[in-house]
Amino acid sequence: MIEIEALEFHYPQGEFHLSIPRMSVAQGEKVAVIGPSGSGKTTLLNLIAGISCPQQGTVKVAGQTVSSFSDAGRRDFRITNLGFVFQDFELLDYLNVLDNILHPYRITRALKLTQQVQQRAIDLSNGLEIGDKLKRFSGELSQGEKQRAAICRALLPQPRIILADEATGNLDPRNKGRILDLLFENVESHGASLLAVTHDHELLPRFDRVIDFLEFRTGAAA
Amino acid sequence: MINSLYIAWRYLVFNKVRSATLIACITLIAFLPMALQLILEESQQLLQSRANSTPLLLGARGSALDLVMNSLYFDDEVPEIISMQAADEITDTGLAYVIPLYIRFQARNKPIVGTSIDYFDFRNLQIAQGRMLAVLGESVIGAGVAEEYGLAPGDSIVSSPDTLFDLAGAYPLKMTVAGILERSHTPDDQAVFVDLKTAWVIEGLGHGHEDLSRTRDSSVILNRSEDSVTANAKLFQYTEITEENMEGFHFHGDASIYPLTALLAIPDDAKAATLLRGRYLENQQYHIVRPTEVIQGLMENIFRIKRVIDAVIAIVGLATVLAIALVFSLSVRLRQRELTTIFKLGCSRMTAVKLIAAEIVIIVLAAGIICAGLLYIVDANVETLVRMFILN
Repeated sequence: MIEIEALEFHYPQGEFHLSIPRMSVAQGEKVAVIGPSGSGKTTLLNLIAGISCPQQGTVKVAGQTVSSFSDAGRRDFRITNLGFVFQDFELLDYLNVLDNILHPYRITRALKLTQQVQQRAIDLSNGLEIGDKLKRFSGELSQGEKQRAAICRALLPQPRIILADEATGNLDPRNKGRILDLLFENVESHGASLLAVTHDHELLPRFDRVIDFLEFRTGAAA
Repeated sequence: MINSLYIAWRYLVFNKVRSATLIACITLIAFLPMALQLILEESQQLLQSRANSTPLLLGARGSALDLVMNSLYFDDEVPEIISMQAADEITDTGLAYVIPLYIRFQARNKPIVGTSIDYFDFRNLQIAQGRMLAVLGESVIGAGVAEEYGLAPGDSIVSSPDTLFDLAGAYPLKMTVAGILERSHTPDDQAVFVDLKTAWVIEGLGHGHEDLSRTRDSSVILNRSEDSVTANAKLFQYTEITEENMEGFHFHGDASIYPLTALLAIPDDAKAATLLRGRYLENQQYHIVRPTEVIQGLMENIFRIKRVIDAVIAIVGLATVLAIALVFSLSVRLRQRELTTIFKLGCSRMTAVKLIAAEIVIIVLAAGIICAGLLYIVDANVETLVRMFILN
């Protein structure tokens, strides 16, 4: 699902340099990415999502070279093929839970908001046990509930890959396990791949594979 | 765009105070100059049409504006008093016929216009209910007065005392409403018309009381001689003119010096008007004015002031637009994190511009609708507003 070959990346300013000779994630695989802060974990997610482009090498996602697309093409590719789950949830405080889940459909033409999509959003929220909180604003939710809403938002477009950037970082131990369970269940049921950046080594045994970023880092902080 | 409008709408609803403040600012800046323009145009039309239909006005030398405003629009600023003698003088020239006006008193805050029957013909005022003035103590009221106070023919209306502490002044007079005029959309709708003599009764120049020669109460007699009887303050004076006591009403003194506030002079033709004005050019006591010219001067002054107000509003408007631009630019900064998130999710940077544009569209649209509503209300009540702000 993800294939990286001879990737070289550095920011215009600074000494950070990311070099990945080869890396791959198979379809349906759940991979954890670990490494110290500044080692380039988030940069890797940005490169896979097409937010950043490598200076050398290729990043192929679902058989397509992301960097070969135009800016608009990368955006459309991102919103239709990738689902993002952030550490701080990034829910919008002025939208209720349902509107937050449907938000990707309202900010791009690549996705069409239909009755089926709305029903799927409700079904997803029921599956993630927040179906009774769809009319609430994010400020009225617990941390665990916020992350469940964020996962719903990421899963709704039925992406092939879920990119989770420290998705459990702001949760208490009980919620961490529960959220990870829900994320795994939904990723498996959708046949998607999961690439999750995490600092939480207790959760690593639950992943299919772990990639340690120490082996790729050749520069300073990202 | 629908989705952008929806997201913008949710944002505006969530931030109610900010949104309401922005809408209020834009509404005020748009509404004020338009409402002012509306009121001024109406006042110009109202003032000018009335002035144009009034050829000449004679009054005591002094403020021409006070004379016109009192005589045409029944403003409560009373000009210097003239006498009935002035009417006789104009009639004697044979150049015009005159309609006397005595507009000094009020009944329920409405002006009492003492005049002659000719006034109604001159202003083309028709009776809608009841009948025209026939006897002393009767009134005919404008449609606006009747509507406001729910008066009908047969009801009565009482004159207000000249001043609250005028202990020596005349008693209020209870006047029967003989008729109600058809609505004319002029100041006549808001007036109480009485015969000149009734106005003089209110003034205290005419009064009615029990016959002193027949009274059995000797305590009211102050002095009795062969020619006259003088009564003291105990003598009962009538406060209403009825069929029974009408004969007891009488006037004292020379009628030619009875007061008027103005004379409407209707010349036979343009030549007669010119001659009449010429005769009064050097007159130290009276002056004749053409209301059209006076009102034109007034409107020029009003529009001069309006130009200043427009300039002030334009500056305030510019400041408001800059403040609103600042609010939006700060809003974009505050929402930087949201914009980064939606960019990561896959939307273009143009979407952020669209969201802000949608917010502006909704705010401007809301302000436009409120502004239109307010202007509709102003337009529906423009006559009242003109009376409130321009004529008074």
